[in-house]
Amino acid sequence: MRHVISLLLENEAGALSRVSNMFSARGYNIESLTVAATEDPSMSRMTIVSIGSDDIIEQITKQLNKLVEVVKVVDLSEAAYLERELMLIKVRATGKDREETKRMADIFRGRIVDVTESTYVIELTGSATKLDSFIEAIDKSLILETVRTGVSGIGRGDRILRI
Amino acid sequence: MVLTGAEIVIRCLQEEKVEYLFGYPGGAVLHIYDELFKQEKVRHVLVRHEQAAVHAADAYARSTEKVGCALVTSGPGVTNAVTGIATAYMDSIPVVILSGQVPTAYIGQDAFQEVDAVGVTRPCVKHNMLVKDVRDLAASIKKAFHIAATGRPGPVLVDIPKDVTAQKCEFAYPKSVAMRSYNPVVKGHSGQIKKAVQLLLEAKRPMVYAGGGVILSDAADKLTKFVKSLGFPITNTLMGLGGYPGTDKQSLGMPGMHGTYEANMAMQYSDVLIAIGARFDDRVIGDPAHFAQVARKIIHIDIDPSSISKRVKVDVPIVGNVGDVLDEMIKLLDATEERSDPDALATWWKQIDEWRARDCMKYKNSDEIIKPQYVIQKLWEVTKGDAFITSDVGQHQMWAAQYYKFDKPRRWLNSGGLGTMGVGMPYAMGCQFAHPGSPVACVTGEASIQMCIQELSTCKQYRLPIKIINLNNRYLGMVRQWQEFFHGNRYSESYMDSLPNFAKLAEAYGHVGLEVDKPGDVEGALREAFKRKTDLVFLDFKIDQTENVYPMVQGGKGLTEMILSSEDL
Ligand SMILES: Cc1cc2nc3c(=O)[nH]c(=O)nc-3n(C[C@H](O)[C@H](O)[C@H](O)COP(=O)(O)OP(=O)(O)OC[C@H]3O[C@@H](n4cnc5c(N)ncnc54)[C@H](O)[C@@H]3O)c2cc1C
Ligand SMILES: Cc1ncc(C[n+]2csc(CCOP(=O)(O)OP(=O)(O)O)c2C)c(N)n1
Ligand SMILES: [Mg+2]
Repeated sequence: MRHVISLLLENEAGALSRVSNMFSARGYNIESLTVAATEDPSMSRMTIVSIGSDDIIEQITKQLNKLVEVVKVVDLSEAAYLERELMLIKVRATGKDREETKRMADIFRGRIVDVTESTYVIELTGSATKLDSFIEAIDKSLILETVRTGVSGIGRGDRILRI
Repeated sequence: MVLTGAEIVIRCLQEEKVEYLFGYPGGAVLHIYDELFKQEKVRHVLVRHEQAAVHAADAYARSTEKVGCALVTSGPGVTNAVTGIATAYMDSIPVVILSGQVPTAYIGQDAFQEVDAVGVTRPCVKHNMLVKDVRDLAASIKKAFHIAATGRPGPVLVDIPKDVTAQKCEFAYPKSVAMRSYNPVVKGHSGQIKKAVQLLLEAKRPMVYAGGGVILSDAADKLTKFVKSLGFPITNTLMGLGGYPGTDKQSLGMPGMHGTYEANMAMQYSDVLIAIGARFDDRVIGDPAHFAQVARKIIHIDIDPSSISKRVKVDVPIVGNVGDVLDEMIKLLDATEERSDPDALATWWKQIDEWRARDCMKYKNSDEIIKPQYVIQKLWEVTKGDAFITSDVGQHQMWAAQYYKFDKPRRWLNSGGLGTMGVGMPYAMGCQFAHPGSPVACVTGEASIQMCIQELSTCKQYRLPIKIINLNNRYLGMVRQWQEFFHGNRYSESYMDSLPNFAKLAEAYGHVGLEVDKPGDVEGALREAFKRKTDLVFLDFKIDQTENVYPMVQGGKGLTEMILSSEDL
């Protein structure tokens, strides 16, 4: 099962490698990992997407909690939550593909943020699956490069992760 | 008061009441060594290899309730220390390691003797930190001692660049540590504790499985009271030996791969199993799937939530400190007359006594050749079961664990989790420093002892009257045993050729050395050795080369699938 785990950790040098080290040392999988400081600059917020059985995810959250710099851990996917990922995708845009690609970007509520005679850069936000679908929907041979941020997640409504 | 970083380091150690600092100097820590020189409170012990410094600090911690402390230089000093750090980590031992680092401006430039100490040690420390600013130094060291000793203990490394030890700042030692990210649970959940006690009182075939957490929590007395008041059988893991008196009749001995028949059978066939500060290690329960075949309720007390339901699903998890949780349980038991059904318990004990009657620890003694088990039995008699015993790793370790009956905690020092050959002598050193005047013996093998043999020199310098019990079988015995059982007697690289004359080697270092090859001389040699109160005595026992450790549960097999003797092969 895919889980979206969110954590607050001290914004200190080495904290990130401690987290990623724990995953590789114990053989856990990381689909994506994003991290940045919060409104309180002494604290970072990290979102990790991992795939594993319930037992493994339970161990992952326990092992994360055990890291001295980790302040709080929550498995967002246990209840209602939102997830977003940003993708920048550069596609070849010449001839009839220019129109077609623009149309697809509109359907997916993407924005074209860079235009040259032969290329577009499309900016797209959404759930990871939405970004996957966009890639599926356009002609693969047109894709020049893609860059994705990885998932950021937040609980809905009263589910608040703070200290 | 304005102090240099080096002065601050020493002041911090004094504040932490560090008696002994085990270390080895080098360029990056010269300022610190200079300050050590100028004071007397913290006594430095110069080892001969950094691995031994950390092992000795680790042993100091294992044999006391205090935190051990080691000091090493940058680069090779740190890499040499890694084995020691990993050993302490696997057994949850509180040690603070101070390492020198190249000056901050040089970090990352492949400077002379630079190694990323924080990176190298990250997977085998509880925590570590690089102190880049002298103003953070005192607080970092305070934190290190706090983190090492609290919660599930473990090693903490503080990496200190050379320029930081020279810079000055105002010194004030923090009185306490407050960390929003680190607050280990101590008290157990009272509802869970009630549930557990109820379950225990309803048990028909109860079993107590106690581990190293009991020792780390200094809760041996509480555990003994608890087990006595219930009348239940108990087994202590290799790390938990001494947590309950090994000579008491409720003790079934050690569980696991080389545990007793009765302990393993009772673990498997209990209907309520309470694990106390033990982590269901693969060497203890064998194959988890086989273990899970029997339906039983499991209660698990552990301070580290990640130890719970890691390998075995449990029914009543209790996160907390063993001592505190046992206090609560004893209170509940004291408040009720209720006890588990006496008939059921009697039937259970009858069953256990039948298992016991197999006498799985029996061995054929000989008049011709020294049996290792016999040496340990005599060691136990000669020391009246009251010595500090350290061991290395191998067959001798198992024989020491099986045949020396530990009645008290913190008397048995060995590497269980990492299984580090070479710990034996440094462990004896750290232990002897912590307990001057007490008998300390190191049970070792001719291979293990050679992994830190240079420490004979340290022992001489500090006049440590350790007794080394070398069970010399001229084999990497534990490896040979596996090759005999599972690799068709192909003894690939497990024979030790060209061994030194250990007695003479000991003498060369200025100690007393003695070779013993007749069973009739064993006891006399041991008595003689322990009579020499001020000498290190190296007893080189030439033992039966082909002796194996029984019982044995093969790796990956179930707990009840034991090889009890050579007849089962
Ligand atoms: C050659 C060899 C053979 C071995 N054979 C055996 C064998 O036959 N039988 C055997 O038992 N072992 C054997 N071992 C050792 C084995 O590998 C493990 O090290 C050992 O079984 C672990 O012991 P433990 O479960 O008590 O846990 P420990 O490693 O001692 O861990 C302690 C547990 O208690 C918890 N804890 C710590 N402090 C507290 C506290 N204050 N309160 C509550 N909980 C706390 C920790 O979180 C941890 O989960 C062998 C090792 C070697 C090298
Ligand atoms: C540092 C290290 N290397 C290798 C091993 C693997 N190993 C475990 S026991 C053993 C043999 C130990 O031989 P010895 O010290 O003579 O003890 P014996 O088993 O003969 O009693 C070896 C090589 C280990 N535990 N530690
Ligand atoms: Mg040997």
